[in-house]
Parts: sequence; C-alpha cells; structure tokens
Amino acid sequence: MKFTEEHEWLRVDGDLVTVGITDHAAEQLGDVVFVELPEIETKVAKGDEVCVIESVKAASDILAPVEGEIVEINAALTDNPGLVNEDPQGDAWFFKMRIDDLSVLDAFMSEDEYKDFIA
Amino acid sequence: MTDLMRTCLHRLHVELGAKMVPFAGYEMPVQFPMGVMGEHLHTRAKAGLFDVSHMGQIILGARDAAAALERLVPVDLLGLSAGRQRYALFTNDAGGILDDLMVANRGDHLFLVVNAACKAADTEHLMAHLSGVEPVTDRALLALQGPAAEPALARLVPRVAEMRFMDVGTHVWLDVELWISRSGYTGEDGFEISLPEDRAEEFARALLEMDEVAPIGLGARDSLRLEAGLCLYGHDIDTTTTPVEAGLRWAIQKVRRRGGDREGGFPGTERILAELEGGPARLRVGLRPEGRAPMREGTALYAAEDAAEPVGAVTSGGFGPSVGGPVAMGYLPRDLAAPESLVFGEVRGKRLPARVVPMPFQPTTYRK
Repeated sequence: MKFTEEHEWLRVDGDLVTVGITDHAAEQLGDVVFVELPEIETKVAKGDEVCVIESVKAASDILAPVEGEIVEINAALTDNPGLVNEDPQGDAWFFKMRIDDLSVLDAFMSEDEYKDFIA
Repeated sequence: MTDLMRTCLHRLHVELGAKMVPFAGYEMPVQFPMGVMGEHLHTRAKAGLFDVSHMGQIILGARDAAAALERLVPVDLLGLSAGRQRYALFTNDAGGILDDLMVANRGDHLFLVVNAACKAADTEHLMAHLSGVEPVTDRALLALQGPAAEPALARLVPRVAEMRFMDVGTHVWLDVELWISRSGYTGEDGFEISLPEDRAEEFARALLEMDEVAPIGLGARDSLRLEAGLCLYGHDIDTTTTPVEAGLRWAIQKVRRRGGDREGGFPGTERILAELEGGPARLRVGLRPEGRAPMREGTALYAAEDAAEPVGAVTSGGFGPSVGGPVAMGYLPRDLAAPESLVFGEVRGKRLPARVVPMPFQPTTYRK
C-alpha cells in the first residue's frame, strides 16, 4: 500500500489502483454522512477533485492522486457513508482507476513513511 | 491559542479528551471522544452535559428593570412573573436583531443570558440605557439536556422535578447556590444551571459520574439546535434580519403590538409593527434537501433549476443525525416560503432540490 500527503491510500494491482482515505483522515473528518463518487470512465488528471466527502462537521474532497481513468466505484458508500468511519482502509475504498504510468507511484510514501508524516 | 479565554471547566474538558477549538474568544470543546454524531444521539436518548460558561450572564438590579428593558426589546417583561423566563431580542432602529437572549424574573432582579460573541456589546448597550446593570463574572453556566436530564439532576437537586418548561428558581446542592431554569438549546427537556465557578467542576463531575450523562461539545450543540429549528445568532439572525422575517413573531406578545397597552416603544418599532400586520418580504424557513448532500451555510437558493438569480440563501445547514438526513434553514421570499414549496440549492455547481418544511425538524420534548 502507498500513501499520499492528502491522506489517501493506494493499493496497486497490475495497472489498477484502488484509492481510499486513511484511518487517520477518517478520524479527523468525524462521522461521514455523504459521499459523492465520480462517474465510471471519467478520465482524470492528477489533482482533479473526484469525490466529495461530507462529515457532520464539513465537506472535503478526494483528489485524483495520479492521472488515469476511473473504472470502478464503490457504490456501497453512497447508501452507507458511515462505512468510511468503520473500515476506511478496507471495505470503504472509493474508486479504482487504471493508470498508464506505474512509475509515478514510486513518489508516494510507504506505510512507515506515512506514519512519520502524521506523527 | 494563547489569546483565548478559558472557562473554569477547561481542565475537565482536556481530561475527558475534548478537541478544543477557538469559539467567540474562548477555547471550547467542539467534541469529545464519542464524536459529534454519538454526542447528538446520546443527548436525544439520555442526557448531555454542555459547558456554556462562555455565554454572558447579566443581572439587572434596578427596581424598574422590566419597564426599562422593555425599551430595548419587543417583549412583554412587565407581564413576566417571578420564577419565569422568556426569550427576547435586542433590536436596533432598523428593526434588525442585535442579539437574542433569555430574560428570567428572579424576584428582586432580572437575570439575562446573552450570546458569548455579543456579551460586551450587550453590556454596553444595557449600561447606556439602564441603571443597575451588573455583569456576572464569577459564575459558570452548564446545560443538562435530554430525556434523562430530570432524573439525573433530581438526584442532586430533587426539587427540580417540580419545575416546568421556562420556570426558574434558586436551588441548593451541598452548600452551593444554583440558579436553575428548565430550558435549553436542543429541543429536548432539560435545565440550564448557573453556579459559582469554584464549585462548577465538582458539580459537573457529580453529574458525569452518572451512567446516563455524557459530556457534549459545540458540534453536537449546533446540530441539536438546528434540528430543533432554533436560531443561531450571527448566522440565522443578525442586524440585517428582523424578528418577523426570522419567524420569531411568537416572541412579541400582544401587549407590545399595534393596539396593545404598551404598543411599540422599542428600537425598530415602526418596521417591526408594520411587518407583524402586513407580513415581511421574506421569511426564515426550514428546508429538507431531497438528496443526501447537506446544504451548508451560504448555499444560494434558486426558485427554479435554471433561474439566473438566487432568491435567498441557507443560513444554517448540515446533517441532522436524529432526522437521518440533511436539514437546513434559510431565507426565502414570502411567496416561496410556504411548506411544500420547492426550491433549488446550488451545491458544488449543481442545483439540487429542497423542500420547504415546517420547523422543528425533530419534535421538541419540553415539559410544558
């Protein structure tokens, strides 16, 4: 698993990257009450706003961590946004994207580096 | 947060694991480890303890205080019996609202509770028009809210069980004098308790020891009051909104209206009395967004999905944990303000439908 400075995790499987938010991010957000997911087949550039997460406190965005195409979304989050708090690094993944350039993933943090980052 | 003031319960909040944030010049708990949603639901199911010591407490000790205060608020205070409390509004000459407050008749004086952010201005305003204005600076203010508030507080102060909604009285716990009102800001039955600062932590701990009582932060205080349809000063009401526009005409008793024995005589009389008779141009309404997306403060409201110009805006909005969906309040022109009227709120560039509904969103449980 790789981690971004925007508190996303990335699980890489071939050219498919699954994206979610970290335990730390979910805790900071508080109780999530609304999730807006991207459309499948959307082509995104790094930094594009692809998801909206609203907690009881505020709204925030998930940015595309890399360039690619959204190929799958986790529709369960729309009906049950609370899943983001229950299992942020497991069942509550947000979307999967297909990427062309796998080398860009090298720039992201390992779990240990991320732990230091939030410490 | 070095310039912020702290309430006398600061140490207790930190010990309980509160997340502290700046609010109205104070360092206040926004949430405890239970979290905003949990705290909200706990208050509706059991009892929540709130530290509201940042709010202003003011005594008006002059013999003619009620008559004098009536010159600043459109409210019947001469008719407020000893042992009773009433909601009031300081108005300005344009009919706008300077602050909202509670006024209690405590027998030989009036006792006011005003908003934290307004307390300095309110005190100045009162001193400019009244004698005998005494800010209370050595007392904390706690609120205990929810269906278990009465049994919990009655373990310490049995006689509170006899109080009904908006009653006030002096009670004694151990050797501590408590000024208690049966009121609050959550829509639930409950009490607000003013007590000496140096005994407040001991009293709070005695309540928190009880299974049904949990500490509640400002986050849940806001979602609770929103579901109850109660105004937050500086957001839902301010100097640009009149009491009638804000849907607070119930706070202006007949005796202060046109034809009443003490008609007018408060700042903004002309506009407020005219609006009471002819209706205001716009009204504060409750809104239920039809999807799941919350419509937060500042969301522009449109009469139609493709309308060019907004007709109003959301003044408070978010997720209502007890309602189980988004709730909001805001201002709309009178012709769009009737229940069932459909408007559109613009959220992240999309026009989303919202239905005007009566408030409160969550039924209140006051012990009337």
